[in-house]
Amino acid sequence: MKGLKFILAGILFGIVMSKSEAISWFRIQEMFRFQSFHMYGIIGTAVVLGTIATYVIKKYKLRDYQGNPIVFQPKEMSIPRYLIGGTIFGLGWALTGACPGPMFVNIGFSYWAILVAIAGGLAGTYMYGAMRDRLPH
Amino acid sequence: MLELLRQPWPWYTSGAVIAFVMVLLLFFGKSFGFSANLRTICSACGAGKRVKFFDFDWRSQTWNLLFLVGAVIGGFISAEFLAGDAPLQISQATIQDLRELGISAPDDLQPEEIFGLQALFSVRGFLVLLLGGFAIGFGARYAGGCTSGHAISGLSNLQLPSLIAVIGFFIGGLITTFVLLPLIF
Repeated sequence: MKGLKFILAGILFGIVMSKSEAISWFRIQEMFRFQSFHMYGIIGTAVVLGTIATYVIKKYKLRDYQGNPIVFQPKEMSIPRYLIGGTIFGLGWALTGACPGPMFVNIGFSYWAILVAIAGGLAGTYMYGAMRDRLPH
Repeated sequence: MLELLRQPWPWYTSGAVIAFVMVLLLFFGKSFGFSANLRTICSACGAGKRVKFFDFDWRSQTWNLLFLVGAVIGGFISAEFLAGDAPLQISQATIQDLRELGISAPDDLQPEEIFGLQALFSVRGFLVLLLGGFAIGFGARYAGGCTSGHAISGLSNLQLPSLIAVIGFFIGGLITTFVLLPLIF
């Protein structure tokens, strides 16, 4: 089954996010209050190793499992888009203590209340799509 | 071995595994970005008929939906088979600050005051989750990515836009933490 590898990657992601407590509202509060290194350590380690991996992939022009070149799409430069969008995202992140990935991992933990946040997330995504032409990008 | 896995995982293990997941997806020919799933779900529900932004071949994103399903299963496996008995060890300073807001020290991953059924069925609790989720969905698409797409994939690719987005994440997070939470709780 072609899709199985994505499910397995997702399972690994779900386990690591929960076992390192990155899906916890408390851990996100601790991060935004700068009272623990934990979340910074997680993101920092991921970024350092991710940067090395990305560099190696580009330098040696590595290919994916089907033999296609691995390409990185550069993001279009803008300040308002990322700053305003990012700030709105951050408001919600600190409120629910979960970004999109952890929201779904929380379902596996039977924290059913998170379904309300997911419904909100879908509504917010829809609202953005509906009014995107009127927003500064 | 299982005993070791049951303990809370240290940050360096977690960071390394997250980077591994990112690289794994690259070798699968995809790129790591979780919030795109919210757009895909909107599209799969037919939003493309009314809004152009959702009018795309959402089936091409099935792989990411499978990743999402895996994330839920991964959470379930952690909760069922890898749960430790040690309560969450967060900083004493955070416990103190949260107590002032009326949120008690953790005895579980999530605070009862926000995720408990009683909170869920109160106007305040319901709105905190709904509006928080709304801001996440709206902001993630506006910024073109969330923590995985910008903070992990984007920063790893040394993208300046991702750095701006991450700065935004923190501006918003600090406003909620130091301005909104004291007003709400």
